[in-house]
Amino acid sequence: MTDKYEAVIGLEVHVELKTKSKAFCHCATSFGAEPNTHVCPICLGMPGVLPVLNRQMVEYALMTALALNCRIADYCKFDRKNYFYPDLPKNYQISQYDLPIARSGSLVIETKNGQRAIGINRVHMEEDAGKLVHKGNIITTPYSLVDLNRAGTPLLEIVSEPDLRSPGEARVYMEQLRLILLYLGVSDCKMEEGSLRCDANISVRPQGQQQLGTKTEIKNLNSFRSLERALDYEITRQIEALAQGERIIQETRTWDEDRQVTMSMRSKEEAHDYRYFPDPDLPPLRIDRDWVERVRRSLPELPEQARRRLSEEYNLSRYDALLLTASKDILDFFDDCVARYPKPKVVANWITGDLARLLNQSKLEIGDCRVTPALLVGLLKLLDEGTISGKIAKAVLEEMFTTGEAPDKIVKDRRLIQISDESAVKAIVDEVIAGNPKVVEDFRNGKDKALGFLVGQVMKASKGKANPELVNRLLREELSRR
Amino acid sequence: MELYQYTVQEIGEMLARREVTASEVLAASAERIGRVESRIHAFITLTLEEAEKTAKELDARDEIGGLAGIPCGIKDNLCTRGVRTTCASEMLEDFVPPYDATAVKKLKAAGAVMVGKLNMDEFAMGSSTENSGFFPTHNPWDLTRVPGGSSGGAAAAVAAGEVFYALASDTGGSIRQPASFCGVVGMKPTYGRVSRFGLVAFASSLDQVGPITRTVTDCALVMNAICGHDHLDSTSLKVPVPDYTKDLQEGIKGLKIGFPREYFQEGVDRGVRDTIMKALLKFEELGAVVEETSLPHSEYALPTYYIIAPSEASSNLARFDGVRYGYRDGNARDTVEMFSSTRARGFGPEVIRRVMLGTYALSSGYYDAYYLKALKVRRLIKEDFDRAFERYDILASPTTTSTAFRIGEKAQDPLTMYMSDMLTIPVNLAGIPSISIPGGFIDNLPVGLQLMGPPLSEATLLKAAYAFEQATDYHLRTPVLEV
Amino acid sequence: MALTIEEVEHVARLARLNLPAEEKNMYAQQLSSILDFFTILNRLPTDGVEPLAHVLPLFNVMRADETGPSLPRDEAMANAPLAEDGQFKVPKIV
Repeated sequence: MTDKYEAVIGLEVHVELKTKSKAFCHCATSFGAEPNTHVCPICLGMPGVLPVLNRQMVEYALMTALALNCRIADYCKFDRKNYFYPDLPKNYQISQYDLPIARSGSLVIETKNGQRAIGINRVHMEEDAGKLVHKGNIITTPYSLVDLNRAGTPLLEIVSEPDLRSPGEARVYMEQLRLILLYLGVSDCKMEEGSLRCDANISVRPQGQQQLGTKTEIKNLNSFRSLERALDYEITRQIEALAQGERIIQETRTWDEDRQVTMSMRSKEEAHDYRYFPDPDLPPLRIDRDWVERVRRSLPELPEQARRRLSEEYNLSRYDALLLTASKDILDFFDDCVARYPKPKVVANWITGDLARLLNQSKLEIGDCRVTPALLVGLLKLLDEGTISGKIAKAVLEEMFTTGEAPDKIVKDRRLIQISDESAVKAIVDEVIAGNPKVVEDFRNGKDKALGFLVGQVMKASKGKANPELVNRLLREELSRR
Repeated sequence: MELYQYTVQEIGEMLARREVTASEVLAASAERIGRVESRIHAFITLTLEEAEKTAKELDARDEIGGLAGIPCGIKDNLCTRGVRTTCASEMLEDFVPPYDATAVKKLKAAGAVMVGKLNMDEFAMGSSTENSGFFPTHNPWDLTRVPGGSSGGAAAAVAAGEVFYALASDTGGSIRQPASFCGVVGMKPTYGRVSRFGLVAFASSLDQVGPITRTVTDCALVMNAICGHDHLDSTSLKVPVPDYTKDLQEGIKGLKIGFPREYFQEGVDRGVRDTIMKALLKFEELGAVVEETSLPHSEYALPTYYIIAPSEASSNLARFDGVRYGYRDGNARDTVEMFSSTRARGFGPEVIRRVMLGTYALSSGYYDAYYLKALKVRRLIKEDFDRAFERYDILASPTTTSTAFRIGEKAQDPLTMYMSDMLTIPVNLAGIPSISIPGGFIDNLPVGLQLMGPPLSEATLLKAAYAFEQATDYHLRTPVLEV
Repeated sequence: MALTIEEVEHVARLARLNLPAEEKNMYAQQLSSILDFFTILNRLPTDGVEPLAHVLPLFNVMRADETGPSLPRDEAMANAPLAEDGQFKVPKIV
């Protein structure tokens, strides 16, 4: 039944900007501080106070808008969004309504069917509200407490077009967006701390139908997983409702993480009427070409640019490029290694292979681990010089990973230097041949596998230190001689 | 002559020459307050103890000058650190701000001695001070009449000699109209000339802080102290502040004065019109060129104002919800109910009326017809002034349509009350400066003369006002309050 | 333009004003006559007139991203009608 329907999803993403001070006052932006210790008359909405715009908020908005290929407005303004809520000190939110800072952008995501550009409808600036702490939950609580530390934190709202077609695509879009924001350095993007938040608009329609179905808005999506699951749930719910001839009600629903369902947030309250109007306290912004170009020039390399660079300059596969750009730290690590050791493919293999495996096992990020680019490159050089074998190198990497010690020290301390002395290896080879007459016989009878076994025996006898190439050559020579 | 009767300028000089001490001057004000306040009711809060401390500190200084040591009053919508700031509303009856308004801070830095916070229409919404949530103020010229509003307490206190000057605010005439009714000088500076930080917002795009004084020179002196850029107010102008006393005596020979015919039409009392026409003759005598002109969109100013101001107010006053400060109805079961009953009880009827009006004008389906339309008409009104100032240095008119009306006379009909702001409102819509000075008397009640100028023309307005003041004796008359 | 009681109630709800029944009538009447007065604006054609939201020709007023002192918590909370654990206390939300 689900095959007959298509989901249409648009995301409204709120991202807290990493400015030092709040959007309109000097209070420090903070997470986890004692309640109401980062507040002043301005962000408390006391009588008579006035907002003054933080320039960095605008700069970050411009960076983000440019990274999302948006058209920057040459003129934009701030509006008041009027609604009453106890965590909103002025009972209006300073936001942008009809003239946002940027419109009409796009973000390219990888899907099963290749790359797809998802439209960005708009990017606008606004201020965050405070936090309500409920005794119990929002329904059963007898009272709530208001902490306004977060009130006035600068936010960007990034609204996508309804171009996403599945929960998976929505997730990939969010991940890609997060990656871009992290590369830009404009936000911490910590979903669990609320510095990256997402509301989803979703409707379903029969495959092939042009007209959009009635949408619902889902709130309280605090992780990629809950985004995907909530959308899955909501798609099924809507399809089942339609299949039973019911109508979808346009409404706001909340994702219940415990019960894994979306629930209607309908209340006796009237529909919202935000009564937007231009904020008389804040003069408008004129964003001229010079300003935009200055910001454009200051943009760091973005994930997609980095991927292209890796493919074009280093001939790496798209797959490798995706892995190496999965975080800014990984990319920086890679670039650092390549600057010290110009064999990109080798570096890529070690990072995406053994190092990634170790990181995964210990649930660490590359920035947190003790292997630095200098250490990894040191290891690769030992390998190139023939001081250690590939197998030993893996062991040394593990050692480096836990101790953070230099590879040459590890090799020296643990006597792992490769034996490349021909007479020493030949002695072992002779020993092995003498000790395995049956296998030698097999080899002579054409069983190629037997050679592998003999190599293994030599390596084992040398505690892995014998140069494998040398072992191979000497074995072949000895066997053919007899 | 008693000490309280001197002007700011005179007291300032006497203090500088050490002929009196700040403590003596304060004592004179305090004594005057003791004698007349029970009939005027100008003050919501008196801060005489604090004032005494300040005066003593000033007396201990080696030098004293400018406004230092001179007692003043502050309209109670200007925040004063550690002193309750009520906006004459039950909503803020116990609100004590932890900060000073910038204009207050500047006065304090100049050594001003604040003796108290002055009565007003609640949240500055009104034209008679009858909308005070606490009590009405009485006009010193006739205690049965209103002092005007919303800065009625400020104008009455200055006229009655309780303070030497006052700091007030003007959104649609709230400084000039009471100055006119009480026979004193009131200036609304150019929008952006004085910081609005700490002025409890009524209509943010119209509000401006300004002085109420007994003479034009005093007005210039206070302007010198309060004007200037403030980084806490994004709408504050980064323009140097001249010494407004410097050119006062320059004279007005050749000054071009236009009088807009729309300000002398029906709706303005005949007596007021005649009085101001006579004032215009005086300007001609003084060498000015006086001509009739037109501000064709004048009749639209009042409805435009009463859409824009309440719209902004509906949003500005949303913060009064009983959560962080102010009155709160403690019996509500949920937040919606708590907000709604707190606000219904904490606000008086005029505030409720304007919040409702503004909410309606901004609401879905009505925004274009009301708010947006008003913003468009606002531009036409401003362009009227722009055009007029291409030909004239300043414009002159009556400040009010009548002399002070009786307490209770207009209280029942909001619309009639609104009409009394007809002549002062356009100035706020255009953001330009304006001053009201005593322009004559009718039946022993003062008539205000309003002068209006292009943006940042305060010095010119003061110069013209000074010339008129010096050529007349209206500013020398004082109300008789002795029993 | 006559405002109905329902419209008055709607506006009062939006503005969070819990009006007693008898006052609703009063406000309906008063607001209606004020709205009537506004109709003179309709006589004035304003097509093509740019709305004027800010009288000053000010743009791009911004401050540097620097932190300054916040209020001590006791000062921030000093005016609070009800507080608990350094937070503002409100009745339940719904």
